[in-house]
Amino acid sequence: MRLASTILLAFGATPAAAQHDHHQHTHHEHTDHQQGPAESEVPDEAEHPHAGHAMPDVDSAASKDSPQSTPSLSGDVLQGLRLDIPPPPEAAPPVSAGRGPARAADAVWGADAMRASREALKNDHGGQALFWFQGDRVEYRARKGADGYLWDVQGWYGGDVDKFWFKSEGEGAFGEDVEDAELQALWSHAIGPWWDLQTGVRQDLTGPRRTHFVIGAQGLAPYLFEVDAAAFVSNRGDVTARIEAELDQRLTQRLILQPRAEIALSAQDIPELAVGAGLDHVEAGVRLRYEITPEFAPYVGVEQEWKVGGTADFARADGEDTSTTSVVAGVRFWF
Amino acid sequence: MTGIFKSSRGMHVSRRHFIQGSAIGAGVVAMPAWARGMPHGPVRQGFDEVSGRSIDLTVGTGRFATGGRSGHAIAVNGSVPGPLVRLKEGEPVRLNVTNTLDEDTSIHWHGLLLPFQFDGVPGVSFPGIKPGETFTYDIPALRQAGTYWWHSHSGLQEQAGHYGPIIVDPAGADPVQADRDYVLLLSEFTPLHPHTIMAKLKKGEEYFNRQKTTASDDYPLTAEERRMWARMRMMPTDIADVTGSTYTYLINGHGPADGLEYLFRPGERVRLRVINGSAMSFFNIRIPGVRMTVVAADGLNVRPVEVDEFQIGTAETYDVVVEPTGEAHTIVAEAMDRSGMGVATLATRPGARAPVPPLRDPVLLTMTDMGHGGMDHSGMDHGGGEVDHAATGHAGMDHAAMGHGNRPAANAGSSAMNHGEMKMRDTSRLPPDVKAGPGVDMVAAMPIDRTDFPGLGLDKVKHKVLTYRDLAALEPNDDPRPASRSMEIHLTGNMERYMWSFDGRKFSAVSDEPVRFAYNERVRVKLVNDTMMAHPIHLHGHFFELVNGADRMHQPQKHTVIVQPGGTVTFDLTADEVGDWAFHCHLLYHMHAGMFQVVTVAGPEGAA
Repeated sequence: MRLASTILLAFGATPAAAQHDHHQHTHHEHTDHQQGPAESEVPDEAEHPHAGHAMPDVDSAASKDSPQSTPSLSGDVLQGLRLDIPPPPEAAPPVSAGRGPARAADAVWGADAMRASREALKNDHGGQALFWFQGDRVEYRARKGADGYLWDVQGWYGGDVDKFWFKSEGEGAFGEDVEDAELQALWSHAIGPWWDLQTGVRQDLTGPRRTHFVIGAQGLAPYLFEVDAAAFVSNRGDVTARIEAELDQRLTQRLILQPRAEIALSAQDIPELAVGAGLDHVEAGVRLRYEITPEFAPYVGVEQEWKVGGTADFARADGEDTSTTSVVAGVRFWF
Repeated sequence: MTGIFKSSRGMHVSRRHFIQGSAIGAGVVAMPAWARGMPHGPVRQGFDEVSGRSIDLTVGTGRFATGGRSGHAIAVNGSVPGPLVRLKEGEPVRLNVTNTLDEDTSIHWHGLLLPFQFDGVPGVSFPGIKPGETFTYDIPALRQAGTYWWHSHSGLQEQAGHYGPIIVDPAGADPVQADRDYVLLLSEFTPLHPHTIMAKLKKGEEYFNRQKTTASDDYPLTAEERRMWARMRMMPTDIADVTGSTYTYLINGHGPADGLEYLFRPGERVRLRVINGSAMSFFNIRIPGVRMTVVAADGLNVRPVEVDEFQIGTAETYDVVVEPTGEAHTIVAEAMDRSGMGVATLATRPGARAPVPPLRDPVLLTMTDMGHGGMDHSGMDHGGGEVDHAATGHAGMDHAAMGHGNRPAANAGSSAMNHGEMKMRDTSRLPPDVKAGPGVDMVAAMPIDRTDFPGLGLDKVKHKVLTYRDLAALEPNDDPRPASRSMEIHLTGNMERYMWSFDGRKFSAVSDEPVRFAYNERVRVKLVNDTMMAHPIHLHGHFFELVNGADRMHQPQKHTVIVQPGGTVTFDLTADEVGDWAFHCHLLYHMHAGMFQVVTVAGPEGAA
């Protein structure tokens, strides 16, 4: 081919010719002065960064004179490859590499001139803060008796690890006062790849105005369950807890079936809230949403709520149903 | 039709005269809109050529449109891409960059060897270019020839159109002879503001991916495999973060519908200088029916390799020579995730067309991409095949001891082959200097060198695809010394939180802790990819020699190297360019998320 003849200038070396690899140990004798086998040298090397540096003039010609019994291998460094030199030991940079921050540009442009751009560089490469708001469930609830509504929204402001996180939930029936409403303000701190630890306060906005200390965890469990679990200690000393889990099951790229479950627990009877000790209530629902955009998805679904145990007893005493089925329609959105 | 034949030399010449004329006569005669910094005007697709010892570039804004999409763009000299900067080896050049934006800007000369203060990274090499300011990059005689490119290193401007090609013509005869010489600059256009894209990536879940697994997909995945991926909280379809759902893939600023043509006559040898100037995309390049001979990688000549297809990572360049014979051939630049493609035509006459192949099936990640490549039997055989460890008394040459002493040996036992027990995030395998925090969602348990991998989705195709192991430098390298030490850098990330970093630490956390090299130090650097994405890692101001099995004197020199998912890449670096240099993933939003570091090369006299 014309190209090959044009481009291949006269170079004697071919890859094969250069691959008479020298023995690994032999090489180390050159560079590391009578130390043991390569494997055991590594820690020493790390402590004596100059060890390998002391003989920079060891060149390939010298090494190639060494006896060669086997080709060297690089193990997991380069699987399947023959290398003509073994990898040198890991080591810290030599002293002559210097230390401290990178400030070479200061000598050219001046430290004052560099300061602002250096700060911007830092913030632009991992230091950003963002704001997120999500309406997870904002819905109309058709059920026996008066139809109702529910909101379940959350959001945050912050960086990757630390965020200010807020949540609000509430529900009620049309034509009546709001039945339940609360607002949480939390510090959310990433404690692992998928989990945040959240602590803060919850303010109840209806009924007896309780304030709670909150500690919880929110994140993504194996099998992609989105989980939000929190314990609450009220200013009256009542201890309660809630665990919610949701799972997105994609039917198509846009149509998503989302089963959801929530259980509420109480450590004690709270008569003024009509809550009994133990398992308080259980919700299970499924919602089918269509993502017109990933940010905006109307949905329909059905949700079942059971009051349980002591809470059910309170409900029956008040003449309320202990089981409520709602057909829901709403929208899930975020920005 | 003049808008179509972007690459004809005749047009370049006339355009060059136009541009130089306007720069000289600034303020005297009517200037084009871009030179006056007029915002919101239309942006021209494709580029002119600028050359000479003093070159003026003006950064402005405008509106870009292709296909059905249009939006805000940053244009240099009024076009996207900006002008082809044509330079000459051995000659100095002054590049005068005028900023008419209302924010700081910069230009980084990607692949050029130059004094660090003119490398163009605000906060590392210089303070940046303020609005209204003209900054002169005073670059001494160029020490190289080949195909390179330039782009903004300020914020996310590169995504908006702030990039262009560079050709440095050799001082002597070009060993690559061709009748036609064309630039093929790949990029993307999105109507979204780059900051919007960043926010969606941070807040959404795989926001731009429209090829996710679903209950109704036809991916070849068993129910057990689907459960395994869900259990790991990972996505087998996580090939590209930003996709054709918002990107229109461009060749020289032209979308697939724009009909970009490269003219040739049958029998001619055509050199295509392929530059991946995209923000976030890898491309699979092929010209159905035409074999390509790769003659240069990252600007520097390599021994010719004939291929049918190659994958080009973000910021890499390849020069290929083709000898097309038909009336027309389609040049396909398929996005790696197969959500779209750039299209152009090699045509013997205007309007000649060849069929455009459909997008191939979307790609899925594999066990090897999870960093379990060492469990692959064929890989094991390679390792053991060349030398019998026990027989030669090298029982101690176990993998763990090879250069990274204190970590437990990779556990290749049969139990590890069991998916159920497979650990995806065994942080005890990380060196102590890697921070295993929330920013690390995976640890490659048995990472292997993957320079023999042609790229995601191309390992099963039936024709020859380029791999890094096919590359060998044409000219012998100038530093014969073996490296005096090794170092290892881990590429780390968290897909869910969209955190990306080196060694588990975002740049914002280590901005005052650079990677340091002594002057002229020869170091073997191993990059270990603890993520399931391919990262194109770029070191400014240097070429490093890829350890790819080529003989030591002909290891190919690159400025950007793809580290395949769950795999490793090793290179030898001679740190002889004094100063501070950026070192980062060239996926723009990975860099912006923190996968960035500064490399400091001390002066010959020792460090300050």
